[in-house]
Amino acid sequence: MEPTYRIELRDVSKNFGEVQSLRNVDFKLGQNEVVGLLGDNGAGKSTLIKILTGYHQPSSGELFIDGNRIDSLSVPMARGLGIETVYQERALAEQQTLWRNIFLGRELRTTFGLLDVNKMKQETSKLMLESMGFTSSAVNPESVIETFSGGEKQGVAIVRALYFDAEIIILDEPTMGLSLKETRKLLNFVRHIKDMGKSAVFIDHNIFHVYSVSDRVVVLDRGRVAGEFRCSDITLDDLMEKMYLVAETGSME
Amino acid sequence: MSSEIEELTGEDPLPEPGKAPFSWKNFLRKNVTQLGMIFVFFGLWLFFILAAPNTFLSPQIYYAFMATTPLFAIMAMPLTMVIIAGEMDLSFTSIMAIGMVAFIAIFEPTGNVSLAILAALAAGVAAGFLNGGLVVGIGIPSLVATIGTQFFLRGLALVLLNGKGATLVGARESFVYEMFVGKTIGKIPNQFWWSIAIAILCWIILNRTRLGAHIYLIGDNVQSARLMGVNVNRTRLAVFIMIGLAAALAGVLASMQVSFFWPSLGEGYLLSTLASVFLGGTSVFGGVGTILGTFLGSYIIGAINAGIVAIGMTGYWTELIYGLIIVISVSMHVILQRRVK
Repeated sequence: MEPTYRIELRDVSKNFGEVQSLRNVDFKLGQNEVVGLLGDNGAGKSTLIKILTGYHQPSSGELFIDGNRIDSLSVPMARGLGIETVYQERALAEQQTLWRNIFLGRELRTTFGLLDVNKMKQETSKLMLESMGFTSSAVNPESVIETFSGGEKQGVAIVRALYFDAEIIILDEPTMGLSLKETRKLLNFVRHIKDMGKSAVFIDHNIFHVYSVSDRVVVLDRGRVAGEFRCSDITLDDLMEKMYLVAETGSME
Repeated sequence: MSSEIEELTGEDPLPEPGKAPFSWKNFLRKNVTQLGMIFVFFGLWLFFILAAPNTFLSPQIYYAFMATTPLFAIMAMPLTMVIIAGEMDLSFTSIMAIGMVAFIAIFEPTGNVSLAILAALAAGVAAGFLNGGLVVGIGIPSLVATIGTQFFLRGLALVLLNGKGATLVGARESFVYEMFVGKTIGKIPNQFWWSIAIAILCWIILNRTRLGAHIYLIGDNVQSARLMGVNVNRTRLAVFIMIGLAAALAGVLASMQVSFFWPSLGEGYLLSTLASVFLGGTSVFGGVGTILGTFLGSYIIGAINAGIVAIGMTGYWTELIYGLIIVISVSMHVILQRRVK
């Protein structure tokens, strides 16, 4: 029997008016697999992940999640299916409190349908202690996000993705603006996703980061898939060589 | 996790890092706007008592104040939600009138006050839907869209009634009339209780419902709200409908108070309503604001209005002062915000 993929795109294209961002892309994410997505600016990485998260709908082609064909995926639907995203723009509401950001778009409610503010604050407290590693008493669930450092903000975005039992985690340039130490923490976190038996799509400019945590890398170029490699089959040097080739000629050969 | 810590340390648990122990400093920092407003409120009060002791030490002024302030306080609170959501509504003054046109249309032939009130509220919802539709459906900035509907709805009210008013004297016998603008517990006007009821309702909507949470989010970062699956259009539509409904209710209260409806009803409320919202600490950029702030703001604005007249200044001063309040409170907010960053 053919193994079912967590996510599969078949022949997907996406146009924005005249601009074709994705051209006949096939993409697969396996069970417990970390796939790195590489490509230059404008290669279509962001468009691809926004299709996976239900933010954009493909202009043509098919999308399968766990083997089921999904016709018009929306953001709440994707989140309901266990796909969570850590966006490069971090997607935080900066003037709002920490607890509001953790539960953004997924607020907990009491049986009367009102917001369960106390529960959300308690959960936030617990998450801060157990997952975010915030130990300073200056930070509490009522703290406003704009007072946080870059790394702290990224931590919030990641914990938010994990809290809701995400099965598939998509990280869109998560190392952008992070210090060296914060970056190392983040890469460990991606490995941790794999240890927990989950799957991830990891998008980054930095080929070293992608290579060090991915099982497989997919190289996008001008909206097409230019190549695909298992990290165990290719050395970092060879991969870099191929990337330069793609950037110059648009082809791997 | 915390229970483990408690076990280890015995009866004296360590403070959880997530929960800072209560301190006055934190309390002050968090509630600086509200506390400042309470301070301003009592300061102004003291000033007016000293400036016009005869007026401000007799109860009459307070009853008058409790009858007039709710008329714009009722609109200022839903308007706060509109502005938190990053939108603006300038048409609510005309919605007051268009609601009353619907009221008259039902009341004159049937004499049924309750039905007439329902018609007014329905007209308010329809007007809110129109504003929301222009913003969400067509994509016009709300500031411009509601300037348009402000004139359009005012014009519609004038055309439909041929510019003439209508008496509501016939409605005075109705118990509904008593409920809206009668008096309870001695001389307290019921309008005052309405403003409190609307404040509680608005507080619940803004602080205890998903709609309220999404109002803050779309005003703060609409892109992020979309990425996290918030239905931005539905939230925007809801805030315009709420202000429409509230404006229609305010129109009913204002007209019943004087037993007469003028098609110019509502003109003159724009400034005091906006001043209440901004004095209450709502950010003109969206994402920040509270119902309590606006509620206090409304009553400060109401007190200023009463005070200016009582200490013998002309009514021209009110406009000058309200305008000043809007400019100063909005500027203050921007400056404070910059200091946080």
